[in-house]
Amino acid sequence: MKEIKSDKGPIIQVKDLVKKFGNFVAVDHLTFEVNKGEIFGFLGANGAGKTTAIRMLCGLLEPTSGALRVAGFDGYHQREEIKRNIGYMSQKFSLYEDLTVYENFRLYAGIYGIPRKERIRKTDELLRKLNLEESRDKLVGGLPLGWKQKLAFSLALFHNPAVVFLDEPSGGVDPLTRRTFWDLIYEVAHQGVTIFVTTHYMDEAEYCNRVAIMSEGKIVALDTPAALKSFYKTDSMDGVFLKIARNKE
Amino acid sequence: MIKVDNLEKSYGNQKALKGVSLEVAKGELFGLIGPDGAGKTTLMRILVTLLLPDHGFASLDGLDVVADFRKIRTMVGYMPGRFSLYQDLTVEENLQFFATVFGGTIEENYHLIKDIYVQIEPFKDRLAGKLSGGMKQKLALSCALIHAPKVLILDEPTTGVDAVSRKEFWEMLNNLRHMGITILVSTPYMDEANLCDRVALFQNGSILSIDTPKNITASFAKKLYGVKVDTTAQRFECVGLLKEFPGIESVFSFGESIHITTVQQNVNEISVKEFLNQRGHQGINVEKIDPSIEDVFMELMQNEGN
Amino acid sequence: MNQLLGFVKKEFTHIFRDSRTMVILFGIPIIQLMLFGYVITTEIKDARIAILDHSNDNVTREIKNKILSSGYFRLDANLMNENEIDPIFKKGNVKEVIIFERNFAQRLEREGTVNVQVIADASDPNTAQMLYNYTNGIVQDYTKKKYAGFTIPLQIKSEVRMLYNENMVGAFMYVPGTMALILMLISAMMTSITIAREKEMGTMEILLVSPLKATHIVLGKVAPYLLLSIIDAIVVVCLGNMVFGVPIRGSIFVLAFLVILYITMALSLGILISTVANSQQVAMFISGFALMLPTILLSGFIFPIENMPYPLQLLSNFMPPRWFIDALKQVMLKGNGLAYIWPNVLILSTMTTVFLVLSIKKFRLRLE
Repeated sequence: MKEIKSDKGPIIQVKDLVKKFGNFVAVDHLTFEVNKGEIFGFLGANGAGKTTAIRMLCGLLEPTSGALRVAGFDGYHQREEIKRNIGYMSQKFSLYEDLTVYENFRLYAGIYGIPRKERIRKTDELLRKLNLEESRDKLVGGLPLGWKQKLAFSLALFHNPAVVFLDEPSGGVDPLTRRTFWDLIYEVAHQGVTIFVTTHYMDEAEYCNRVAIMSEGKIVALDTPAALKSFYKTDSMDGVFLKIARNKE
Repeated sequence: MIKVDNLEKSYGNQKALKGVSLEVAKGELFGLIGPDGAGKTTLMRILVTLLLPDHGFASLDGLDVVADFRKIRTMVGYMPGRFSLYQDLTVEENLQFFATVFGGTIEENYHLIKDIYVQIEPFKDRLAGKLSGGMKQKLALSCALIHAPKVLILDEPTTGVDAVSRKEFWEMLNNLRHMGITILVSTPYMDEANLCDRVALFQNGSILSIDTPKNITASFAKKLYGVKVDTTAQRFECVGLLKEFPGIESVFSFGESIHITTVQQNVNEISVKEFLNQRGHQGINVEKIDPSIEDVFMELMQNEGN
Repeated sequence: MNQLLGFVKKEFTHIFRDSRTMVILFGIPIIQLMLFGYVITTEIKDARIAILDHSNDNVTREIKNKILSSGYFRLDANLMNENEIDPIFKKGNVKEVIIFERNFAQRLEREGTVNVQVIADASDPNTAQMLYNYTNGIVQDYTKKKYAGFTIPLQIKSEVRMLYNENMVGAFMYVPGTMALILMLISAMMTSITIAREKEMGTMEILLVSPLKATHIVLGKVAPYLLLSIIDAIVVVCLGNMVFGVPIRGSIFVLAFLVILYITMALSLGILISTVANSQQVAMFISGFALMLPTILLSGFIFPIENMPYPLQLLSNFMPPRWFIDALKQVMLKGNGLAYIWPNVLILSTMTTVFLVLSIKKFRLRLE
C-alpha cells in the first residue's frame, strides 16, 4: 500500500462504501473520488448519513463493506495512518477553551508528534499570519468567534495533512468573518491541501469545486455547482437543493 | 406588545448587550438577525424572564420582565437555542407534558398546532431523541404553542437544519402570524430576514439597524454589482484581481457571484468586465444588482469597524 | 395539582426508561448488602490454626479439644517441632499457632504455672487480636473450671474485651448501617442527579419559563424517588431478616415511619445538592464523597462513636445517619418504640425541614 505520490489524481477513493448499524443502513453504496487540492462540498440534511461517511473517511469508523482509500491508506487496515495524515475541524471548533492560544498549539503539536523546533517555528509563523500574536497568551475561551475559527482551522493544518475535513466550520459566524475564512480555505487549497467541507450555508456550496448531495445514505447528485445548476435549471445551489428534495417527495 | 428600552447586560467583563431598544407590535413577525455572540440569545433570555438586565427595561404586553415575571411565564411560548425537550419521552408524551404543565390539555389548543403536528403525528410514539433535526423543531414549536401563548420567542430555531426544513419552518411561522400570535425569532441566516415583517440587525451587543427588510435594503447607499464567473477556480483569482481595481470599495464572494460595491462612476458593468477580460478571464458576466440584507449587514459591520 | 401530577408522571417515565437508574435503584443495594453481610464479616468462625504439642498429655488434650470444638477454630496441622512454625505461617493458611510446652500437666500440678504460647499472624492485627482473645478466653475458662484455685499467667486481656466486642454480633450491626448508607446514597444521589440533568440537558430552561413553581418542581422530583426508595428499604429489611436473621423486635409501623422519615431527609438533601450542582457529574461527586464518607466514618456504622475523639463525636451529631442508625438498632434489636426514639425522630425531622426549606429557597428561578 504505497502513498500516492503523483501531484494530481485522487486523494480520496470511495467505491460502494457501505456502513450498517445492525439493520439500519446509514451509508448505502457511496462511490466517488476527490482529487488533490480540490475543495469538495458534502451536503445533505441531518441524518442523511454525512457524519457517518465522514467518520469513515477520517479513519474513525470501520466500513461494513466497499473500498476506501484516503491519502493512499486503506480505510480498514490503515486507519491509524489515515488519522495521522488528515486534519479535522469540528463544528464548535474543538479547541481547549481554558488553555491559551499558544498552549493549544503545543498540545496539538504534541499529539501529532511534531518536533519541538519545528513546532516553535510554525507556531510563530502562524500566529503572525493570522494576526494572533497579541493573543498568544490569552485563553481561547475569551476570543471572539471569528478568531477561534481561524485558530481551529490552523490547528487542523498544523501537521501538514493531505486532507482537511471541515464540519460546518462557519456555524453562527458573522458574514464578514465567513468570507475571510473562505479566503483562507482557498489559499490552503491552492497550496495543494484537499478540503472536504460540509455546510448548511448554500452560498458556501458555490465556493466548492464539486459538490455531493447525500440523502438517505446515498449520493443523489455529484458535480460542479455550475453543472448542477444547469441540470436542475436553477440559478443557485439553494434551488438545486430544493429541487432534489421536492423530487424525492 | 414587546417593548425593550435601553437594555444592558454584562457577563463579568464582557458586555453582551450595550443598550438595546426596540418595539414589536402585536401580531408582528420580528427577526433578530446576527451572528453568534451578537447578543440575541441574551436579549431573548431577558424577555422570557430567565435573566435579569443590568440596566434598562423590558415588557411584554405591558408586564415588566422583572416585576411581573410570573405572569409573563404563563403567556410566553419559548424555544431555546438547542433542542431542549425530553429525549427519552415520546413525541406525544412531550406534548402532553407541556400541555399539562401549563394547566391545559392538548385538545384545547390543538387548532393552533394542527398544521405543524400532522407532519410529526405518524411518529407520535417515537422517542424525541430519535427524531431528525427538522422533526425536532416541529415538535419543539408545537410544545411552545400548545398553551396558546400570546408571544412566541424562538431562539435560532433553524440553526444547523438543512435548507429545505428551514423553508418549511418559516412557512409555519407565517401561518402562525396570521392567527394573531406575536413572534420574535432570531437567526444567523441573513436570507431568512426577508421573511419577517421587520428585522433588527444585531452585532456585538448593539443594533445596527431596525426596519422592514425592504427599507433596510433600500438604505444601501452604494452601487452594487454582481460578477459571475464560470468556474470556482476562477473566482479565487478574480476576487484577488478585483481588490486591486481602483474605485471598487469592497469585494466579497456571495455564493454564485462576487459582489462589489462602489460609489464611483468609472466602475460599471463594462469597465469591470473589460478589466477581468484583459487579465485573461473570459466568460465574465457583470450586472447591477439589488442589495440583500447580507450586503447591508456587511456594510454596516465595516462601518462599525471604522 | 394537575400540574404536579403531570410532572410526577413524567419523572416516573424517565426513571423506568433509564436502565441505569433501575440498576442503581435495585441492583446495587442488594449487592452491597450481600457484600457487607457476607464478605466483610469479622466474626471468627473456622479460623485455621496449627498446634505444636510437646507434651501430648491429658491436660493438653483436653484444652485442645475445648478449643477445637468451640466452632471458632479448625485444626489445619499438627506440628512436630519449632522449625515447622515459620513455613506454615508463610504458606498463609494458618492464622495462629498454639504451643504447649513439655511436661505440661506435670508442671502445672507441681509448679502451679505453665505456659501456653500463642503465635498469631498479625498481618491482620484485628483478626490476630481476636483470635488470641478467643484462645485465651477458652484456656481461662478451662482453667477456671478445672483448677479452681490455680492461676495460669499468660498475656491476658480481660474477658470484658470480648463482651464489648461488637463484632460478635456482626450482621446485626451491619444491616442497619448498610441500610442507612444505601438509602442515603440512592435517595440523595439520585435526586441530586435528576435535577442536575435537567440543567445540563437544557430542559430546565423550559421548565422555568412555565407556570411551574419551585415547589412543584422540587416536590415533583422527590415523589417518585420517595416511592422507589421505600420499596428498596422493604427489600433491604426483608433480606436482612431472611438471609442474615436480623430480627424486627419492634413495631413495624414505627420502623416504617422511621425509614420514611430518613428517606425523605436524604431526598431533600439530594435536592439541596442539586441546587448548587450544575452538571450531573458534580452532583454525583458531591453526594458520593460528601455524604458517603461521613456516613461510613462518622455515623457509628463501623467505628463506635464512643471511641472517637471528642471533636469528631461532636461532628457526628450533625450526621443524619447517626441518628437513624441509632434509632433503627433500637427499634429492630431492642424493640423500643417512639417513647425511646423520639429525640432521634425530632432531630431527623428538623433536619429534613431545614433541607427542604433551603432547597426551595435556593432553587434558582432564573438562569444565573
